[in-house]
Amino acid sequence: MTTIPLRLKELSRQEDRFAYGHRMCAGCGAPIVVKQVLMATDYPIIAANATGCLEVSTCISEYTAWKIPWIHSAFENAAATISGVEAMYRSLVRQGRIDDRQVKFIAFGGDGGTYDIGFQSLSGAMERGHDMLYICYDNEAYMNTGIQRSSATPFGANTTTCPAGEVIPGKPQNRKDLTRIMAAHNIPYAAQASPGHWMDLMKKVRKAFEIKGPKFMNIIAPCNRGWRSRTDDAIMLSKLAVDTCYWPLYEIENGVTRITVKPREKKPVTEFLKGQGRFKHMFAPGHEWMLEQAQEYVDREWERLQKEAAFWAEEEKAE
Amino acid sequence: MGKIVAVTGNEAVAESLRQVNPDVCAAYPITPATDLMQRFSSFISDGKVDTEMVLVESEHSAMSACIGAAAAGGRVATATSSQGLALMWEMLFIAAGDRLPIIMPVVNRALSAPLNIHGDHSDTMGARDSGWIQLYSETAQEAYDNAIQAFRIGEHPDIRLPVMVCMDGFIVSHSIERVEYLEDSEVKNFVGEYRQVNPLLDIDHPKSYGPLILTDLYHEYKRAQHEVMTKVKNVVLEVASDFEKLSGRKYGLFETYRLEDAEIAIVILSSAAGTTKDVVDRYRDKGIKAGLLKPRMFRPFPYEDVAAALRHLKAIAVLDRADSFGGYGPLFSEICGAVMSMDTKPPMINRIYGLGGRDYMPDQAEKVFDELIGIAETGKVGAIKEYIGLRE
Amino acid sequence: MKEPLWKKLTPGSVILEPGSSAKFKTGSWRSMRPRWIEENCIQCLFCWIYCPDMSVIVEDGKRKGFNYDYCKGCGICALECPGKKGNKAIVMEKEGS
Ligand SMILES: Cc1ncc(C[n+]2csc(CCOP(=O)(O)OP(=O)(O)O)c2C)c(N)n1
Ligand code: SF4
Ligand code: SF4
Repeated sequence: MTTIPLRLKELSRQEDRFAYGHRMCAGCGAPIVVKQVLMATDYPIIAANATGCLEVSTCISEYTAWKIPWIHSAFENAAATISGVEAMYRSLVRQGRIDDRQVKFIAFGGDGGTYDIGFQSLSGAMERGHDMLYICYDNEAYMNTGIQRSSATPFGANTTTCPAGEVIPGKPQNRKDLTRIMAAHNIPYAAQASPGHWMDLMKKVRKAFEIKGPKFMNIIAPCNRGWRSRTDDAIMLSKLAVDTCYWPLYEIENGVTRITVKPREKKPVTEFLKGQGRFKHMFAPGHEWMLEQAQEYVDREWERLQKEAAFWAEEEKAE
Repeated sequence: MGKIVAVTGNEAVAESLRQVNPDVCAAYPITPATDLMQRFSSFISDGKVDTEMVLVESEHSAMSACIGAAAAGGRVATATSSQGLALMWEMLFIAAGDRLPIIMPVVNRALSAPLNIHGDHSDTMGARDSGWIQLYSETAQEAYDNAIQAFRIGEHPDIRLPVMVCMDGFIVSHSIERVEYLEDSEVKNFVGEYRQVNPLLDIDHPKSYGPLILTDLYHEYKRAQHEVMTKVKNVVLEVASDFEKLSGRKYGLFETYRLEDAEIAIVILSSAAGTTKDVVDRYRDKGIKAGLLKPRMFRPFPYEDVAAALRHLKAIAVLDRADSFGGYGPLFSEICGAVMSMDTKPPMINRIYGLGGRDYMPDQAEKVFDELIGIAETGKVGAIKEYIGLRE
Repeated sequence: MKEPLWKKLTPGSVILEPGSSAKFKTGSWRSMRPRWIEENCIQCLFCWIYCPDMSVIVEDGKRKGFNYDYCKGCGICALECPGKKGNKAIVMEKEGS
């Protein structure tokens, strides 16, 4: 068990497991997610990585930013790849050929590699029950190939494959709620986190590592290139996503839903949208309906989540 | 000496996997390979092997999990066919590029469309450029023997490449044949212990697998990969020689049948070679100098050795159980490559047979030999590529 | 004869040196440069936990300078810095000015 207190002073004494010199864009949210995840624990970790920005920028030619064993094989299969690593670990430990050093297994994937093309492989690995934590760093589009829409792209967003045009003003559909879908696999732990709330994020990672079996975490990871925002706002936006309830922080542990961070005051979703060029057209005259629709979606989902959490709070009290 | 049994090709190969006892298998069902992995699964359920089985949700994930497991560090096997192999295609190149010795029996089956479950070689021929070693088997015995040797070949420290062990769907996978098994201990000693170089599970020495490599070094990595393939031949022969000492059964890069003094010959892979050998005998009885060459190692292809074996012929027919639409059959292309180095090139024809499991009958081989007799006499070739065994 | 480059490559393109990206200095990407104003620093270490490039130096639990070899000048540290009484402990300045 990781015992080091969740205080930055203490955490800073640990050795980094993710090195500088990686080539993610300045101000990218994904490396913040990775460093916080690895910092949360002192278990030995082996990670798989789906093709995408994180992978191509952290392991190029003879340069790797990873100080843990790491494998990338392809785009749609980080979950399957890590299942193989984990299966070999179990096999060799069971046969007494290596010591059980409580190694933990992580797969990192972008939203494209997780919600879309890697969805089958993820679903399969979760159902099989591998002892692994899948982490989606969700930047809400295919960034590595140049900001194409994914099923994680929110309603209205302007991407290169759903550009805001004269007739179609950005992405017509709402995002897929992958965290709930993963929870519906009845895995022991599924959670949503944000690097702006580092303590909440690390607590979740720690909790996940104390649970045997398949775990899933969906972590928002702002991308200033794709979101058409500033290089300094990744943390600000990931906090606003939480404060507007656009990206609620919650966990579903053994079926029980808990909201882990409740915003003191729920801000209008426009607070999150307005700083991002991908939503700019939604603020143009005549497009008020888009902002309304975005707000309605957030309200509805937040309402649902609160009801769910309240139900479980009641149940737990009754017990 | 082990025991003599009457088993199907799938049973024999499943038995070889039990004897080798891989650390991890990841598999997904597909006819006609399903039965192989089902049998292996029952070995797991009965506690007869130490293997950790990963029952994945697709062949793409099967190969991905095999790649993860092999990189982690241990012995890995899987099996598939046809659409399954096609779905794995992307990952085949990665297994080879990462130099991971995964052993994969492939029960050859036609590719869709139209959907068909019977044997032809379009699946593995489609994967011939993936960087895998390919061994083809005529019988259940050969499939069993090749599977065992494949571990030694693929895991050899100079090689470290994945290997496909091919056998014909249904014709071999589901037909009962006489097979001689080795003793468990013999197989165990023969394959020995395997140690992966640079295992991911060596957590004290973290490695990164699968970097992005652009124009600066990709070309060099591929050159290095080619170099490994040039070493495979000697290893295959060395392993075959050890295997012969153990089993008394002789293997090479290819098998020749009455070829030494032949004037005309058929080059053909896998089970159809059996039928063709019978026809060779019949023609020999008639005083016609017919012969046969059956490649065993298709990747890497032993061009020089094949050329040396075919050099004296007056006419050659290459029979392909796979097509390249708009091109010659894949085996024919390789034989052309071999013949290219000869000063006088024997005339050659390409005949496509047996697609989607269409029976290959002796009369088809007879017609080909009759045609070769004419070509040998006149030196004249009509159509280079044609289909045989078509229904009226 | 010199051994060709392709013969010297690690089989399977495996990278054996963890954290070797440190040999690739990304500091040259910077157009803005963070400057630390020590007297305004409350040692909250937010800049350290949020820096995407591990370029805020903390030694023995104490905030020190920046690692300009790798800092890309994104400005996250400056934006997130609470400072003392509204005075930021990190400011962004034009590189080279
Ligand atoms: C099978 C396959 N299809 C397409 C691609 C091209 N591709 C590489 S990365 C990528 C997008 C990755 O998007 P995401 O998973 O969201 O990660 P991000 O780059 O945004 O971090 C795509 C489409 C690929 N590598 N493999
Ligand atoms: S494109 Fe976006 S996700 Fe990719 S490295 Fe740049 S900021 Fe990060
Ligand atoms: S400017 Fe960006 S990269 Fe540089 S130290 Fe601050 S947060 Fe890190």
